[in-house]
Amino acid sequence: MKTFDYVRPATIAEAVAASAAPGAAYLASGTNLLDLMKVGAARPDRLIDITHIAGLDHIDWLADGGVRIGALVRNADLAHDPAFVRAYPAVAEALLSGASAQLRNAATGGGNLLQRTRCAYFGDPASACNKREPGSGCDALGGENRLHAVLGWSPSCIAVHPSDFCVPLVALDAVAEIEGRAGRREIPLESLYCLPGDAPQRETVLEPGDLIVALRLADPTAFARHARYLKLRERTSYAFAVVSAAAALAMEEGRIRQARLALGGVAAKPWRARAAEDILAGARPGETIFRRAAEAALADARPSGDNAYKIELARRIIVRALTLAAAGTPQRLPALPASPFSSAPGARHAA
Amino acid sequence: MPFSISLTVNGVSRNVELDDPRVTLLDLLRERLDLPGTKKGCDRGQCGACTVLVDGRRVNSCLALALSHDGAEITTIEGVAQGDELHPVQAAFIAHDAFQCGFCTPGQIMSAIGLINEGQAGDDPERIREAMSGNLCRCAAYVGIVDAVIEAQKRLADAGRREAA
Ligand SMILES: Cc1cc2nc3c(=O)[nH]c(=O)nc-3n(C[C@H](O)[C@H](O)[C@H](O)COP(=O)(O)OP(=O)(O)OC[C@H]3O[C@@H](n4cnc5c(N)ncnc54)[C@H](O)[C@@H]3O)c2cc1C
Ligand code: SF4
Ligand code: FES
Ligand code: FES
Repeated sequence: MKTFDYVRPATIAEAVAASAAPGAAYLASGTNLLDLMKVGAARPDRLIDITHIAGLDHIDWLADGGVRIGALVRNADLAHDPAFVRAYPAVAEALLSGASAQLRNAATGGGNLLQRTRCAYFGDPASACNKREPGSGCDALGGENRLHAVLGWSPSCIAVHPSDFCVPLVALDAVAEIEGRAGRREIPLESLYCLPGDAPQRETVLEPGDLIVALRLADPTAFARHARYLKLRERTSYAFAVVSAAAALAMEEGRIRQARLALGGVAAKPWRARAAEDILAGARPGETIFRRAAEAALADARPSGDNAYKIELARRIIVRALTLAAAGTPQRLPALPASPFSSAPGARHAA
Repeated sequence: MPFSISLTVNGVSRNVELDDPRVTLLDLLRERLDLPGTKKGCDRGQCGACTVLVDGRRVNSCLALALSHDGAEITTIEGVAQGDELHPVQAAFIAHDAFQCGFCTPGQIMSAIGLINEGQAGDDPERIREAMSGNLCRCAAYVGIVDAVIEAQKRLADAGRREAA
C-alpha cells in the first residue's frame, strides 16, 4: 500500500476544507477503500477520516413523513431500526442481503453508495482498465465478463455498480444531500451516477471535495405494504448480486395505482425501469402484465460478453419480485433476506 | 509523521505510537500488541478470521484502519474467558465439536458473541446460518458451529433471566 497523510476533521466544514489537498479521499469505514488501497487500485495521498464527525449518524423522521439518514449511519443500524424496517422494508432487505454481518456493522450508507465496481480487472493494477487508468483499454472486454453489464455499457467500460442498497433507494426516489466547496446542494440519487460513455473514470457527478452528508426518502405510506428486494447470487449469502430487483407497488382496490421498479447488477448505475412502471400503472397484478413489464425493462439490453444469460435472469427476477411485492411485504424480514430460496413458502435452503 | 492513539483492548487501556499510518487494526493487534489470537485469513474482508468486537460490535479487523479507532474499545478472543473459566460460546464450541484445524475458530467465536449480542437470530438455525455467513470454515465445521451458537445463546439467555430475577 502506498503511504498517505492522515487527517481527522471534527466537522463537515473542516473535512471539506481538508479535501483541497491533491489526491485527497474521504475515509468512512474503509471496507471498500482500504481493500482497494491494499491492492494498489486506489492510491490516495491523503485520507480524510470522516468517522469522527459528530451528527452524521442520526436517523431523523421528518415532518413530511419522510426520513433523513445521516451518511455515517451504519448499514446494520439502518437495516435493524424497527421504524425504518416498517417504513422501507425493501431497503432494509437490500441492506441485509449485502456483504456479511461484520461488514454491515462497519459499512456506512455514504460509503456503500460510493463503493467501486468489483470488476476483477479494475482491482488488478497489472490489467488494462479505462476506469482506473483512462485510455489504457479494458481487459474485461473479451476477458472474464460473465458478471458484467447488459444495460448502459460502452466499449470503454462494461462494469456494474455492486451496491444493493442503492437499488431500492433509486426505486423510491431517494435524494442525496451533498456538502461541497460551494455549499450544500441536493441530487436525486438516480442522477448521482454516470454511465461510462467514453469517460468511465467519472462514476458520479460529484466534484472533488463533495461530501455526502445525508440521504432522504419521502413518506413511505404508499409503497410500504407491497415492497420486496430480490437478489440472485452465486451462493446463498455473502456474495454480490448477479442480478437483483427492487419492486414496490402502491395498490388500490386490487389494482396497481403506481409501481416502482429498479434493477441491480446490470449496469454502472442502479437501473430504474420507468417503461415497466408505466405498463404496470393501473393494471391488475398478474403474471402476464409482470412479464410484459419485464420485457419492457430489458428492451434495450445487450450482452457485453459471456453474459447474455443475465438478460433472461433479470426478466425472471423482475416477475418474481413483482409477484412477491403484490403478495405483500412479509410480517418479518425473511431469514435469508432477498433470497429467492426463502421466498418459496415452506422451502428451506438447506433441506 | 508519528501518530499516537489510545485504545482499550480487552479491558486494558493502551497508548500506541504508530510510525506508519497504514497499520490495520488486525496488524496492530497481532504484530504490535502481542495478541495473535485474531487470525489473518484473506486480509480482504472475505473470510471473517479477523473478527473482533469494536465497541461491542463484530467487525473485520483487516479492513479497519488502526488510526481511525482512536478511543475505541476492542475485544479479542484473548479477552473473552474469565480467568480459567471459558466464555459460554467457547465452551459450546468444544461441546459441539465446532472446529477441526481451529484456524477460523477465534473469528467464529467472536462473530457468535457479536451475533448473540445483536439478538436478531434467536435460536432459529436458518437465521443463525445466515448471520454467521461472514465466517468461512475450510474444514466445514458448520453443523457444529450452528449447534454451538444455539446452545450458547440459550445458556446466555438463561443466565440473563437468572440475573434479572
Ligand atoms: C467481502 C465483501 C463483500 C461485500 N458484499 C457486498 C454486497 O453483497 N452488497 C453490497 O452492496 N456491498 C457489498 N460489499 C461492499 C460494502 O457494502 C462496502 O464496502 C461498504 O458499504 C463501504 O462502506 P464504507 O463505509 O466502508 O466506505 P469506505 O470504504 O470508507 O468508502 C468507500 C468510498 O466512498 C467514499 N466515501 C465514503 N463516505 C463518503 C461520504 N460520506 N461522502 C463522499 N464520499 C464518501 C470513499 O472516499 C470511498 O471512495 C462487500 C464488501 C466486501 C469486502
Ligand atoms: S469493465 Fe470497466 S472497470 Fe472493468 S476493466 Fe473494463 S474499464 Fe476497467
Ligand atoms: S482476514 Fe479479515 S476477513 Fe479475512
Ligand atoms: S476449523 Fe478449520 S477452518 Fe474452520
